[in-house]
Amino acid sequence: MLTIKDLSVKFPSRFGDFTAIEDVDMSIKPGEIHGLVGESGAGKSTVGAAVIGLLQAPGYVAHGTLTLGDTDLRSLTPVQAHKVRGDRISMIFQDPQTSLNPLMTIEDQLIETIQAHSDVSESAARKRAVDLLEEIGIKNAAQRIKAYPHQFSGGMRQRVVIALAISTDPELIIADEPTTALDVAVQSQVLDLIQRLAKERQIAFMLITHDIGVIAQVADRVTVMRKGRVMESGDTAQVLGAPEHPYTKALMDAVPPLDRKLDRFRVPDTDGALPTQGDVAENWLLEGDQHERTGLSLENLTVQFLGPRTSFFHKPPPHVALDNVTLKIKPGSIMGLVGESGSGKSTLAKAITGLVSPNSGTMMLGDTELPFGKSRNRHHPSRQLVQMVFQDPYSSLNSRHRIGDILAEPLWFYGFVKDAKEREKLAASMLSLVGMQPDAITKFPHQFSGGQRQRIAVARALLARPRFLICDEPTSALDVSIQAEILNLLKDLQSKFGLTILFISHNLAVVRQMADETAVLRNGKIEEVGETHTVYTAPKAEYTKTLLELTPVMPSSWES
Amino acid sequence: MIAFLKKYEGLWLFVHSPAAIIATFVAALIFLGALFAPWIALVNPYDLASFSLFDGLLPPAWEDGANPKFLLGTDDQGRDMISSILYGARLSLVIGISALTIAAVIGVGLGLAAGYYGGRFDAIVMRIADVQLALPAILTALLIDGIARGILPAAIQQDLRVAVLTLAIALSLWVNFARTARASTFVQMNKEYVQAAIMMGQRPMRVMFVHILPNILGPLLVILTVDLASAILLEATLSFLGIGLPADSPSLGTLIRIGMQFLLSGEWWILWIPTLFLVALVVSINVLGDFLRDIFNPRLR
Repeated sequence: MLTIKDLSVKFPSRFGDFTAIEDVDMSIKPGEIHGLVGESGAGKSTVGAAVIGLLQAPGYVAHGTLTLGDTDLRSLTPVQAHKVRGDRISMIFQDPQTSLNPLMTIEDQLIETIQAHSDVSESAARKRAVDLLEEIGIKNAAQRIKAYPHQFSGGMRQRVVIALAISTDPELIIADEPTTALDVAVQSQVLDLIQRLAKERQIAFMLITHDIGVIAQVADRVTVMRKGRVMESGDTAQVLGAPEHPYTKALMDAVPPLDRKLDRFRVPDTDGALPTQGDVAENWLLEGDQHERTGLSLENLTVQFLGPRTSFFHKPPPHVALDNVTLKIKPGSIMGLVGESGSGKSTLAKAITGLVSPNSGTMMLGDTELPFGKSRNRHHPSRQLVQMVFQDPYSSLNSRHRIGDILAEPLWFYGFVKDAKEREKLAASMLSLVGMQPDAITKFPHQFSGGQRQRIAVARALLARPRFLICDEPTSALDVSIQAEILNLLKDLQSKFGLTILFISHNLAVVRQMADETAVLRNGKIEEVGETHTVYTAPKAEYTKTLLELTPVMPSSWES
Repeated sequence: MIAFLKKYEGLWLFVHSPAAIIATFVAALIFLGALFAPWIALVNPYDLASFSLFDGLLPPAWEDGANPKFLLGTDDQGRDMISSILYGARLSLVIGISALTIAAVIGVGLGLAAGYYGGRFDAIVMRIADVQLALPAILTALLIDGIARGILPAAIQQDLRVAVLTLAIALSLWVNFARTARASTFVQMNKEYVQAAIMMGQRPMRVMFVHILPNILGPLLVILTVDLASAILLEATLSFLGIGLPADSPSLGTLIRIGMQFLLSGEWWILWIPTLFLVALVVSINVLGDFLRDIFNPRLR
């Protein structure tokens, strides 16, 4: 079927050619789902783009063979290649929001695609389109087909994209992160659909993803890539269950399991800083009565936003982001907060930090009540006691400030250290405490990787001497191996300094590793709160059960 | 060397862009010439004693009947063209740059605040900006000029001509800064580093100027260069129309206005040389502005 041999792709640059992928071998049989997994920069997407002939200019295939059936894909003229695309190879992209044309109805988009590849009348094409939508599980397809993309939900839209991809009966579909933008419930439906199509239509799938759980759930075979090279390839159960290559082993160690809690992730030793240099910062954090543990309790917290305005004269109906949320976080413990997108997780964090003003309820930090939103003045003690680690390490550090200035700011602002030299020293020491070289203070954020920036963000939060730390999806922008390091770091710091942490994530497996207690949020309501172990092993709420069932996991029989 | 250029990609693009190099050369030459005019000019066009009517209407050095002392000829008063142009450019640049500074301070300040506070304040500032934008720059200048003539005593009117002109140009240019600053601030407001600063309880002023401003400097710098050209042109236009500076302290626009009288008389250089000079200055500044835009906007590369 699809055979890739010795494939190398290069990108010419002003400073010599950059090799994106090198000597990649792979073959996919009809009806096989072949997972292509790796961390960012591994060259997964480049393989897909090379197969379909859509390498971003000026990238080019340096050498190797690409054959689909008995067609040599590299020898095709542009016109022939255009014919092969769509006819024999289709593609599914990550974001269904942008891969459909928002100004065309689903019907027009399907008919256009069908007619572009086969010479049929419009009514025949329409009939085919309706059949396709029914096949991929859209009910009432004859009517729904008249809708525009925005009238479908995210999962439905991704189904439509899949319908478009299969409308021409391709032999091979390249799916580039097809479920990354979707919630778990929708993700499992889309994955089921892909599996069904592979079996029923004997379509070969190249499933490109960074999510090992997804691969474990649907892929027959898997290829692990790193830095443009294939590390290991074979049957999914064999590669993921009994990895041979050290990289695959390390990768599997870093994947958080859903069914048990690890004390620490096994991570290869990184060349971190000397731990002794962190002493200054550690002692500073522990001195005085600063290590008193502080809990947080929320009672009947409700946050409403104005909904979309429908009339010029009437006030728009409110959108309830948080509905009567009551939550007690014990001093010195980690509370996990899980929920799908739009469930109100981030709104909760913003309400606590004062960026969003709740409509009713009370918030107590220790024994003091937290004023709402704008009524909390700039000098309120909670401004220092509550700190936050944000999701996106690329935007949470001011790119025009030196790391030293970023770290010294809380020390200066809260008046902890008056002397600028002392501040610098403490900042450098804090960097070694979070596992970075202390000389980083003279550099700028863009000189660091995502994981390193997240360490800096943690250091900044600690330098405010917080008692309560909010981590809002702190690892969802990071690769799994980096995620494991950051989670280890947070665990260490929490136990060392007795911090109370609210750990927000959409990833149930990550929360399981971190949290003492877990709360499940859905549509602004708390569905369930309890000890993490109980919530995961004996969930009470239906919703929690579904979430746990739908989260892709590795069969436990694979565990070595 | 390669590693060095890689680090400073802007520099790499610069040495590979002939247009940018030529524009920088021309602009630098004019700026330096204007700056050092009192030391390099043959005569001082403001000082009646330094030139003589006998030298009047001499053609440029390559034409018949020229005096090689006056390389680009002289005007009807006997003033050396090069000297007049250098002094004129000096005045034009002073007015342009100071007007631009005022416009940038007002515009960036208001734009930042509008983007930061949003809501009603933003709406008010932006509506004022819309009204300002609806009035052509020349009309604004005429208005301010008229008001200044009306309320200022005649004695100091002459001394304040430059100030009035500068203010008029600044008022018609601040909108560009305000709009750009506001739009960029909106983008930055959603970034987590800004939220972190607000969360800490930092003063709005500090968040705006220490945190947000350095991150929106790129687009503002582009506006700054492009608008410098506009400011110079605007000054020339106003002076050409006679609203600007009087003939005894000529800016580039005034020189062109004087030259207009000789348009069909055969003494072409009196009009054409200052005009070409103005074109060269404005074009080179604009080319530089475009180049900066390319550097700051990687998507356009």
